[in-house]
Amino acid sequence: MASRIEPFIELENLEKVFTVRRKAAGLLRREKKEVRAVDGISFAVERGEMVGYIGPNGAGKSTTIKMLTGILTPSGGRLRVAGIDPARERTRLAQRIGVVFGQRTTLWWDLPLKDSYRLMHRMYRIPDARFRENLDRCVELLELGELLDVPVRQLSLGQRMRGDIAAALLHDPEVLYLDEPTIGLDVVSKARVREFLSHLNTTQGTTVLLTTHDLTDIEQLCSRVMVIDHGRLMYDGKLTGLHAVGESERLLVVDLERELPPIDVPGARFVRSEGPRQWLAFPATASAAPLVAEVAAAYPLIDLSVREPDIETVIAKMYGGTRDERRESLM
Amino acid sequence: MLRLYATVAAGGFRRHATYRVATAAGVFTNSVFGVVLSYTYIALWDERPHLGGYSMDDALAYVWIGQALLTVCGMMGGGFENELIERIRTGDIAVDLYRPADLQTWWFSADLGRSAYQLLGRGVAPMAVGWLAFRFTLPAGPGSWLAFLVAVTLGSTVGFALWYVVAMSAFWLLDGQGVVQVAWLGGLFFSGMLLPLNVFPGALGEVARALPWASLLQVPADVYLGKYQGWGLAGAYAFQGGWALVLLAAGRAVQAAATRKVVVQGG
Repeated sequence: MASRIEPFIELENLEKVFTVRRKAAGLLRREKKEVRAVDGISFAVERGEMVGYIGPNGAGKSTTIKMLTGILTPSGGRLRVAGIDPARERTRLAQRIGVVFGQRTTLWWDLPLKDSYRLMHRMYRIPDARFRENLDRCVELLELGELLDVPVRQLSLGQRMRGDIAAALLHDPEVLYLDEPTIGLDVVSKARVREFLSHLNTTQGTTVLLTTHDLTDIEQLCSRVMVIDHGRLMYDGKLTGLHAVGESERLLVVDLERELPPIDVPGARFVRSEGPRQWLAFPATASAAPLVAEVAAAYPLIDLSVREPDIETVIAKMYGGTRDERRESLM
Repeated sequence: MLRLYATVAAGGFRRHATYRVATAAGVFTNSVFGVVLSYTYIALWDERPHLGGYSMDDALAYVWIGQALLTVCGMMGGGFENELIERIRTGDIAVDLYRPADLQTWWFSADLGRSAYQLLGRGVAPMAVGWLAFRFTLPAGPGSWLAFLVAVTLGSTVGFALWYVVAMSAFWLLDGQGVVQVAWLGGLFFSGMLLPLNVFPGALGEVARALPWASLLQVPADVYLGKYQGWGLAGAYAFQGGWALVLLAAGRAVQAAATRKVVVQGG
């Protein structure tokens, strides 16, 4: 039913091949090697969607984002953002997109935060009233009020990230790309960033595409997740489905009153123990409640906690056996 | 668009203005070097009066103009190229590239702001110190000062254009330090920072005076000393402007080639 609407972001068999030259045996011979950073990816994102784009380091996430912003030219395939070919009309597209790279900043390092916003005002030719309104809203929601006069180099990482997110939104972009927006942030800062993004998506209808290593980002923000590995799209769907496909497990950490033999309850698998503490694994798709009840009924329990599987583990498990074969077939 | 680049230039000015201690240290260093060079030149011009067509007072003015313009025209480094090379090396250049603005114009604007600050912050003070100590030649009048300022602006533009080409090499070499060092050495020698290019003998002098580095110090100094009048002055400006255009175009070509093949570093 959604297929009637023209997708906002559309990739068809997108490819990016880098040619890497390196010294081979012998003095003057150099051998060329092709690295397929993005190897035929197709997907479509509707206007107003919030999508997580995940995968291990080097999977091709950032390369995809760079092609979506137009700073990298695809080697093959078709790519449209808002009906525009990014590499060809980068500057025109830039007016309609916002980008935040978690590990880089667009802000003026030595100058007060507000100077960078004045620069955005000019760069995107934002009408004055619109600029005021957007800045006021960002300042309020991201709690930037006291930071506007502080030089960026004096901001904490969390403050700087909020400042960067505001900078990317002053021109009302229709889509926001976030590359690791919560990397290195403490729990409070992460929560604040997530809350803001969720608010942005629901109230402004901004399309959001975010890459992350933090599963909680995806859980709390994205209804849809795409997993990419070795430049290929391995999964596209709901997060719960990913757990089912990946057969991932959650961990139940149980603190008993004293050291006991391994806990044996249905639906869980004993992993290891350390004194009175034991680790049990159970499927991520199953509820923890009945398991907790069983353990509490049968054993002298002091405390317990549930550990969520991290994304790397889910993906590693998902493709565990196939990784090495795939790598060979690439050579 | 002009307002954007004006904002960028203003930012370039203010970000350097925040480092007052660095400015003070720069003024001190320039003044000390000025004094050392002044005594060297005094010894030299005592032996060889009117060397290169300069009187002793002209030669001393040349020394202090060199100290004042050192960072303004980038004789020994433009003051932005290390930052740009670092951004290319770390991949932060990606942030600059996705902006709806031209990379070269952006950096040029920021560098104009920087130069303007350096002229006021690190140019005026050493010049005043030098004049109080050595009473060298001053320009004939306000018109000559203005003519000098135009030559400095053109010189600063050539300086930017030169160092921009150097910085762009980092897209291929990743570590731009080797090229920077070669360019540094070239700048030191061919800008006339050690000795006025007028003093260079024969063919070496002819070549040195025709190279772009002559725009950075030699031409502005000669304009200051009133060596160019009328059409001669127009010719000097044309020399600087010509090199500025050629080098800016070269920078633009290299930039286009770089962004076409760009491999932005880092995940």
